Amino acid sequence: MWKFHKWFERHSLILLIGILVVVSIGGLVQITPLFFIESTIERVQGVRPYTPLELAGRQIYIREGCYTCHSQMVRPLRDEVERYGHYSLAAESMYDHPFQWGSKRTGPDLARVGGRYSDEWHRAHMVDPRSVVPESVMPPYAFLERRDLDTSNMQAHLQANRVLRVPYTDEQLANANSDARAQAEPFGADAFDFEQRYPGVAIRDFDGQPNRVTEMDALIAYLQMLGAGVDFSTYQAEAPENLR
Amino acid sequence: MGVIAGCKLMVKGGFREDAAGILLILVIGIGLALFGAARAIDAPFAVQMWTMLTGFLLGAAAILYDFGKGPKADASSRYENGVVKAGVIASMFWGIAGLLVGVIIALQLSFPNIFYFTDHGWLNFGRLRPLHTSAVIFAFGGNVLIATSFYVVQRTCRARLAGGLWPWFVFWGYQLFIVLAATGYLMGVTQSREYAEPPWYTDLWLTLVWVVYLLVFLGTIWKRQEKHIYVANWFYLAFIVTIAMLHIVNNLAVPVSFAGSFSYSAFAGVQDALTQWWYGHNAVGFFLTAGFLAIMYYFIPKQADRPVYSYRLSIIHFWALIFLYIWAGPHHLHYTALPQWAQTLGATFSIMLWMPSWGGMINGLMTLSGAWDKLRTDPVLRMLVVSVAFYGMSTFEGPVMSIRAVNSLSHYTDWTIGHVHSGALGWVGFVSFGALYCLAPWLWKKKQVHSLALVDWHFWLATIGIVLYITSMWVAGIMQGLMWRAYNDLGFLEYSFVESVEAMHPYYIIRAVGGALYLIGALIMAYNLWRTATSKEPAHVRAADTPAAAVAAE
Repeated sequence: MWKFHKWFERHSLILLIGILVVVSIGGLVQITPLFFIESTIERVQGVRPYTPLELAGRQIYIREGCYTCHSQMVRPLRDEVERYGHYSLAAESMYDHPFQWGSKRTGPDLARVGGRYSDEWHRAHMVDPRSVVPESVMPPYAFLERRDLDTSNMQAHLQANRVLRVPYTDEQLANANSDARAQAEPFGADAFDFEQRYPGVAIRDFDGQPNRVTEMDALIAYLQMLGAGVDFSTYQAEAPENLR
Repeated sequence: MGVIAGCKLMVKGGFREDAAGILLILVIGIGLALFGAARAIDAPFAVQMWTMLTGFLLGAAAILYDFGKGPKADASSRYENGVVKAGVIASMFWGIAGLLVGVIIALQLSFPNIFYFTDHGWLNFGRLRPLHTSAVIFAFGGNVLIATSFYVVQRTCRARLAGGLWPWFVFWGYQLFIVLAATGYLMGVTQSREYAEPPWYTDLWLTLVWVVYLLVFLGTIWKRQEKHIYVANWFYLAFIVTIAMLHIVNNLAVPVSFAGSFSYSAFAGVQDALTQWWYGHNAVGFFLTAGFLAIMYYFIPKQADRPVYSYRLSIIHFWALIFLYIWAGPHHLHYTALPQWAQTLGATFSIMLWMPSWGGMINGLMTLSGAWDKLRTDPVLRMLVVSVAFYGMSTFEGPVMSIRAVNSLSHYTDWTIGHVHSGALGWVGFVSFGALYCLAPWLWKKKQVHSLALVDWHFWLATIGIVLYITSMWVAGIMQGLMWRAYNDLGFLEYSFVESVEAMHPYYIIRAVGGALYLIGALIMAYNLWRTATSKEPAHVRAADTPAAAVAAE
């Protein structure tokens, strides 16, 4: 048997192919079924694609590396469900390119932070975390409220998502750049049309600066919708289609 | 103008395929970078394109200058040492940079009022943390792997490095990748995939460099004067090939614009999570393990002057390790929305992985049979051997943490950070330091390193640093996990989240002290290597310094 191994040791291409075959198996068996087994993602009501403002906020969340300290994944453990809320479903991140489940909780989980604090609390916390939580070790993000949000490419952002089969309508795509502003300008000219395109979405001035749309607006809009979508009164965890 | 001058020089210098090929890549790169810079839709992208352009222009200038010096003397009778020397220097530079950033972010978590600057968001933890991880893993570790692999493959094949100038393309192309990634993080350019944060264009550049790296490595093996491919080269080859596969699949993405830094991952949610941790865990498995095991299989036998303990064990070690590692990713996703069958599969293979890991450890340690006394007198060998001991420790801890019950406590806490660092500082760091301490006198043709006493100082400072680091993180992590799940007599949660943050304060300080000691050790090492390379002592020629002809078998 040991003589047989000389084959690999004397022919670099056989060794190379051997390695490729051996290291491919695990990934093929584990990852590919996730794309085909239907029960991988639950069918629930209330999960929707991000609005342009929320998507821009999500890009800021990624840019600032928030994922290095905050998870977005409530595990089905008693203490986590009591601390953060209902455990996270796969369906809740089905439009997340990339996912933001995180791997470390230097700060608390944010999967269900939406609606838990006021906009003003978020603004104050972001500007100076220790002004509202003295023991916090979070960095300050005061510059977010001084920087105007760049909305000029939101249409391309939505388009890239649509290529990846996130169901944005043609109308949502065409108005993406102006919609990013409209969500933060409740008395603006586009607010009504925006509401028609994204029914039930919060339209308000998130950062307390009514005459500007800043990066702070976008980030707070994103945080305030996290985990608030699914209607858990209609979700039956024990139903056969939800058992995985 | 430049093109004409270049052509003239090429005619004068004699046409060389390697230089022409690299020049072609650089000219295409210059065109693309100029286009990107001109059409950039976001400011960081423009800066990144100018950085690329600068890199490509410097590369082209260097090649034209090389042509200008006229035809090359035939160098095939010698080993290519220059690129390995450059790799040793780059490893030391990036190692110190990466450790320094690590100490800074440890201090930020210890003293947030002092180490955060309201007006400088680019110095926040979220931007520096990827800078730290990428600098130590890819800049330090990557340079060590490229340098040692170029050294080892030449000696074990008794053939000069293939490809003429192409190894230099690999070296400088890789440095450009590091600079692009690092400056990008500071500007907020990231795709938020841990250990795969660089954006799509940086990923494409690395792919190109990596393919050339594979070809240079294979090309040298094809030229070998030995019948058999030595075991260290199996591990290097598995590392290079598998990292290519992981890198390409995990970074599949749709750019928002071909002139912008944003992109959206090809996968979403649960599929994206498993793809990322399939990559993430195997960055550990193939970058930080297989590659450095290759170092173990060459440098420990060399420094101890003993053959590898068991040939058969190394065969089992190799195939079992690379087969099992790939499956272990889902243990990063216990109790998440990932289907449980995948979690169970990941945990099962993680526990099985303990066996080949310890098989490899035994093979490394037992190589010292009959030479254990050298541990007392040779601090370089001691560093290499202690690294293998740390490897054994962290590859035992890992499977334990992949058990669901343990993971429910340890996940999301600083225990994970401690585990990673026992592997990174103890195993990867020490085996790299050991290899660099070997390489410096070998490459610069000195009898031994400048000062063995300073190696001793380095060893003990770093060891104490590691002990402080991992013990403080064990306490911190287990405390966090227990506080999060503690209930009081009335059945309510005992602690708010921020109380667990407050409780971390002393341990974060101890961790920062441990990291600082480790950094000081590395600074001592840099001084020691510099003195070794620049010492005036006469050249010390080794039998193994010339390939093929008249040399005893390795």
